Amino acid sequence: MANQKKYWKGLEELTASPSFVKAKTKEFVEEVPVDEFLGNQGQNPSSTSRRDFLKFLGFSVAAASLAACEAPVVKTIPYVIKPEEVTPGIDNWYASTYFDGQDYCSILIKTRDGRPIKVEGNTMSGVTKGAANARVQSSVLSLYNSERLTGPMIGHKKATWEQVDKEIGEKLAKGGNIRILTSTIVSPSTDQIIADFKEKYSSTKHVSWDAVSFSGLKKANEGGIPTYAFNKADVIVSIAADFLTNWLSPIEFSKQYAEGRKVGKNKKEMSRHIQFESIMTVSGANADTRVQIKPSEEGAVAIGLYNAVAKQTGGSSLAAPSFSDAKISERIDKTAAELVKSKGKSLVVAGSNDTAVQVVVKEINKLLDNYGADKSINSDKACYLRQGSDEDFAELVSDMKAGKVDVLITYNVNPVYNSAKALGFAEAYAKVPCKIALAEVKDETASGANYICPTHNYMEAWGDANPYDGQYSLAQPAIYPLFSKKFPRENVESKYEGTRHAQENFLKWSGSETPDYYTYLQQYWKKNVLPEQGSEGGDYMFIDLWNKTLSSGVFEKEAKPRVMESASSVSLSDAASKIAATPKGGIEAVLYEKTGIGNGNQANNPWLQEMPDPISKVTWDNYVTMNPGEMKDKGYNLLLDDNRDASIVTVSANGVTLTLPVYPQPGQARGTIGIALGYGRTGAGKVANGIGQNAYTLVQWTNNTFQYNVANVTVTKADGTYKLAATQTHHTMIGRPVLKETTLEEYKKHADAGNEEEKIPVMLGSKSEDRSFKDVNLWDDYDNKSPVNMTNNAGNLGLRWKMAIDLNSCIGCGACVVSCNAENNVPVVGKEEILNAREMHWIRIDRYYSSDLTMEKAKEEGMTESHRMYTMMDASADNPEVAFQPVMCQHCNHAPCETVCPVIATSHASEGINQMVYNRCVGTKYCANNCPYKVRRFNWFNYYRDEKFLTVNPAQESNEMGRMVLNPDVVVRSRGVMEKCSLCIQRIQGGKLKAKIEGRTIKDGEVNTACAQSCPTQAIVFGNGNDPESRVAKLMDDERNYLLLADLDTQPNVFYMTKVRNSDHHLLSE
Amino acid sequence: MQHDSIIRDPLLLGKKTYHQITEDVARPVEGKANNYWWLMLAFAVVAWMWGIGCMSYTVGRGIGTWGLNRTIDWGWDITNFVWWIGIGHAGTLISAVLCLFRQRWRLTINRSAEAMTIFAVMCAAIFPVLHMGRPWLAYFVFPLPNQFGSLWVNFNSPLLWDVFAISTYFSVSVVFWYLGLIPDFAMIRDRAKIAGRKISYACYRVLSFGWSGRAKDWQRFEEVSLVLAGICTPLVFSVHSIVSSDFATGVVRGWHSTVYPPYFVAGAIFSGMAMVLTLVIVGRKVLNLEEYITIQHIDTMNKVMLTMGSVVGIAYFAEFFMAWFSGDPNESFIYLSWNNAIGPYGWAFWVLIICNNLLPQILWSKRIRTNLYITFVMSIVINIGMWFERFDIIVTDLYRDYIPSDWTYYSPTWVEVGIFVGTIGMFFTFFLIFARVFPFIAQAELKTTLKATGDLFHNPPRKLKANGQASEGYEVKQPAH
Repeated sequence: MANQKKYWKGLEELTASPSFVKAKTKEFVEEVPVDEFLGNQGQNPSSTSRRDFLKFLGFSVAAASLAACEAPVVKTIPYVIKPEEVTPGIDNWYASTYFDGQDYCSILIKTRDGRPIKVEGNTMSGVTKGAANARVQSSVLSLYNSERLTGPMIGHKKATWEQVDKEIGEKLAKGGNIRILTSTIVSPSTDQIIADFKEKYSSTKHVSWDAVSFSGLKKANEGGIPTYAFNKADVIVSIAADFLTNWLSPIEFSKQYAEGRKVGKNKKEMSRHIQFESIMTVSGANADTRVQIKPSEEGAVAIGLYNAVAKQTGGSSLAAPSFSDAKISERIDKTAAELVKSKGKSLVVAGSNDTAVQVVVKEINKLLDNYGADKSINSDKACYLRQGSDEDFAELVSDMKAGKVDVLITYNVNPVYNSAKALGFAEAYAKVPCKIALAEVKDETASGANYICPTHNYMEAWGDANPYDGQYSLAQPAIYPLFSKKFPRENVESKYEGTRHAQENFLKWSGSETPDYYTYLQQYWKKNVLPEQGSEGGDYMFIDLWNKTLSSGVFEKEAKPRVMESASSVSLSDAASKIAATPKGGIEAVLYEKTGIGNGNQANNPWLQEMPDPISKVTWDNYVTMNPGEMKDKGYNLLLDDNRDASIVTVSANGVTLTLPVYPQPGQARGTIGIALGYGRTGAGKVANGIGQNAYTLVQWTNNTFQYNVANVTVTKADGTYKLAATQTHHTMIGRPVLKETTLEEYKKHADAGNEEEKIPVMLGSKSEDRSFKDVNLWDDYDNKSPVNMTNNAGNLGLRWKMAIDLNSCIGCGACVVSCNAENNVPVVGKEEILNAREMHWIRIDRYYSSDLTMEKAKEEGMTESHRMYTMMDASADNPEVAFQPVMCQHCNHAPCETVCPVIATSHASEGINQMVYNRCVGTKYCANNCPYKVRRFNWFNYYRDEKFLTVNPAQESNEMGRMVLNPDVVVRSRGVMEKCSLCIQRIQGGKLKAKIEGRTIKDGEVNTACAQSCPTQAIVFGNGNDPESRVAKLMDDERNYLLLADLDTQPNVFYMTKVRNSDHHLLSE
Repeated sequence: MQHDSIIRDPLLLGKKTYHQITEDVARPVEGKANNYWWLMLAFAVVAWMWGIGCMSYTVGRGIGTWGLNRTIDWGWDITNFVWWIGIGHAGTLISAVLCLFRQRWRLTINRSAEAMTIFAVMCAAIFPVLHMGRPWLAYFVFPLPNQFGSLWVNFNSPLLWDVFAISTYFSVSVVFWYLGLIPDFAMIRDRAKIAGRKISYACYRVLSFGWSGRAKDWQRFEEVSLVLAGICTPLVFSVHSIVSSDFATGVVRGWHSTVYPPYFVAGAIFSGMAMVLTLVIVGRKVLNLEEYITIQHIDTMNKVMLTMGSVVGIAYFAEFFMAWFSGDPNESFIYLSWNNAIGPYGWAFWVLIICNNLLPQILWSKRIRTNLYITFVMSIVINIGMWFERFDIIVTDLYRDYIPSDWTYYSPTWVEVGIFVGTIGMFFTFFLIFARVFPFIAQAELKTTLKATGDLFHNPPRKLKANGQASEGYEVKQPAH
């Protein structure tokens, strides 16, 4: 029934008042003045007037052109199903392990929104103790290498995993001789997998071989390399071992080394380091005393040292060697005396791969009583970082040549590129009927293989490592494999066939029950590793332990006493006679590894190519180093006065010829040259291919080991010149106190040695008085209560960020440079732009050589400027002392850059930081001109778009892969703006926010800059200067601190600590 | 008709009458240009267009197309900027300072000198904009109200002072120059009307602002001229002092020097005078104005140049001496120091010394001062020298900075050179057009130097007829303009 009820809107309706009835039909109660705005126009509103037409036209043109100006659309795709551990904007950290056959490092991988963007050292590791070097830092960019293999290949055609597995399975089943060639494997589970494989195919032999071999060291030490502790040695003698950046375990050693080198208020002692070497290595540059020898004299130095030590400790002496320079034997005697004085607390190491040299060195250490659990060499704890055997490799090559090898599986090696030409691997390789390469990229070896099985990048993979007895670490994936057959979760087919764990290949081919490496790894650990901790508990206990290990990354326990292998070692007298027979004469070449490129396996990484070599400061190139004096005699270009045209030379030895530019290297022994390994790649990728030439071809095969010293090299000048892109072209301080240093002796006498307060005469009324320039200031210090002066102002409120740089600890390794690159999205600019002096690094490491002429000396000799005094001071000494000085924005409290910017794009924060406001910057570059430290970097081009940079940096590729490495917390700067070190402001803000949320103040060490964090020697200390307990505040009280260019009164927040050399300055000029 | 001074040479040769001046000044404007003019214009326009191409390339790609680097962030750009600004100075000096000092010889050259000022400032203004990394945001340097709260320009920055100094200088110069042009435009307007050239009449009618030549007009004209001359005079000194502050307030040693403001002003007048000479030596020949711009003018300008060159020379010496006397290892590498003289930029050092100090010494000789050819060459030499002065100050002070590891070298790229060539092209394009469209000589003011009475109008001296210069259309009752 319809509702009969009637509702009224009001009394008016009920009473039906006339006014209501009248208004009822109207929509609006009040009259709407429609006529007023329509009628009065007096024209038809539908017609468009001329003016309107012009308006519309103008609007549409403007709108159309505005629409055309729209910024490019950048895709941001939200998760469809968000992984629960990922919170946008929050970092996730995964503990993992880096080992590429060269560097071992326990690391933490920082991921943002599922992408690894940064690598940092894991402080929980007992081996690397939180340190990481440039190569490890760079590895995150190698993950996003767009030239990585995306799926297996048969011949040179793409194939599926099923096909590959089937074909390889058939080949293996046929029998015949199978060989597995790998670099050192520190993964115990992988070792086990290979052992399983060998069990299945009994004709299999596993050959371990390292690109840069340590075979001689291993053989000399009864088949096992002992553990070294550089921090337990008061006197360190290195015979051509660059243990700070390349030898054996450089990350670990540099950390240990720094421990012995640091001085401070409570520690006035430091270790003494004597280096005998031909080329200038980073270790040699850090040595207190550096003695130039010829490469062929490494053994002779060892014997000389042995004899001198034996004379004092009562050992039998060997036949005395002769030296090219009488000073060497004199120096050896002095060194021996120092070693004997610190008997039991010294260490002698040699870089040679000659067993004989290593045997002698071992005997020296024995005479010096350096072996022991708490001494500098612990032979009870084995080091597994280098297991390669040159003999095995040579045998493999001869087998291959003889056609005895039917299947060759190569994993993590590239012998076609980096084995000595003398052995002829490349020819032998062609003779193997079935070659299987497990590789990440189609390198020189893989491109000749019949089957290529692409492996995961280490960041996508599981893994484990056992670098030392009792020390284990785990590797876990930080990202789902970039190239995989199926996208995770959605289960959708991707366009890639995908990569897989190298281990899974062996598991599959040997028909393992657990073809999944992750399961295998867990089972292996459950069975073999974790029980060693004494817990035999069930699955529950295991999972608990496993998770704990996974989150800390490492598992360490007491090493059980090791069973020595009784390998046939060379006797001392044999060694001496072999050393006496070392080929010598002519020009001798040293083939060495560079700090950045190393053995060349990460050569395609633009961060490493652009990292200036710590010594030569050259980027993007391979060259021959030679003594400048010798070059002058020969008429080669000396690269003086900003001239970068290097002469080109042809280097030939034993039928191999290389044509390279020649770089004048102060400190290089006369009659020697140095050539870096790792260049001349042809299959590395577009970044590295064609840079330099391959020096591995020159490696010699002597005494069943690879020798990296080559005698009787001919060097002839070739036509033309070649430009070398170095970031530093002047190498001395030219009498300016930029880097302050002193000797230990002086330092012990008074802590401010080398850093004495400068006084200037000030007229007070009619009399003159000497005052510290810090106290002489034209201006009133409105903020003088803040610790702009080097005093500790505990009473101050708030934060005042300070950075201390200990020049004594800085070894110049460049880890901070790469770390800063990764953290702050610093663009790579390529060789041409480095030649234009436009590198973008926010932190640089200045390297200075001493000059024969000092300011004092010039004064004594009565020299004046017109005597070309400064030109002479610009030239380095023949065997110079070297010092490193990291320089980044000094964050001046009286910043010259801030006052000159017309638009206030750079300003000062209350916390002491000099800030750059990119949005506001118009790019007058006045700030950069006015910066006395020249740390400001201008975006000359649009580095992330300009086509000029596509070839040098894959991170700028349009396929978006390289961009995944960018840190989303730091904006990518556009062209035309100035940029510079921000003291990692994003990290500071993050730390402050976290502290604020937790309602507390920031703890010291909680916020750290990327450079300070990555410094393996902790030379950089960052913190709040207003917190009296902070490490940096304590350093502010140290007498060694000084401000760079303090007389300009810029009052930086970054300060330096005087370098102390444990030498008497006159040693070198003797 | 003229009362010639007994002891001074006449300002004008040829015993000009009012009408003759009118004819001579109007001739280039009313006549047709010759082929030389067209040829020069073609060269100038091509150079200008080339410069525009280089500028577009810079804006499109970035300053990476130049040769600058991390240590030397200013090069040809700011060198050219300071050089052009400096050139502008002589114009203002001649028209304003010499006006206040009642130097009547200025009257024949002040118009072209002022035009030179304006065009030079226009050329100069290109560089500060173009040297910006993001020139499209150049308006950030103006204190514009904005929505960002307290976002404001930095009044501490000498670059901002530049913005104010140059924009003030430019606008005052334009007004002063234009003001002087009004009666001359009116003269051409009137002649166009008489001759029935309609387009010309329409244009000059607008340009002459309705000038009627009444006594009141003249009175106001004189007053405003005097006021503007008064305003311009401090600007002559302020602009280049402020430009010098770009350097003097910096912490870069070599820049950080208190002598800079006076030294820069002297240098600016030095180079500006040289540029005026370059222009008028050509202009008087091309426009047949030898009787207006006489050897006496050239001589006088040479004297000014010699004086200013000596001031600059003393400043150089002071800089060189202080670099040595300070004993500071940083100071001993400044642009005027022994180490620069023998360093990689030694050639630039010697170009500066030779062009600015040694060669100008020949101007002590009157024979050389009155020799047109040598003067012309000298004026170009001095302009080169003054360009190198700025180049040396900027580049050779930066390239040997405080920290030796930063030391680099700088060479310009074709883009930078192209932009400079472009500004020269633009300058000459404007100047050539100016010479044909605007009265080259401030004839109205110049006529005030003629000491004439009505009697002389009725009885023109015979001399006039004798030299054959007298126009046939000469009429006694001709209006004065």
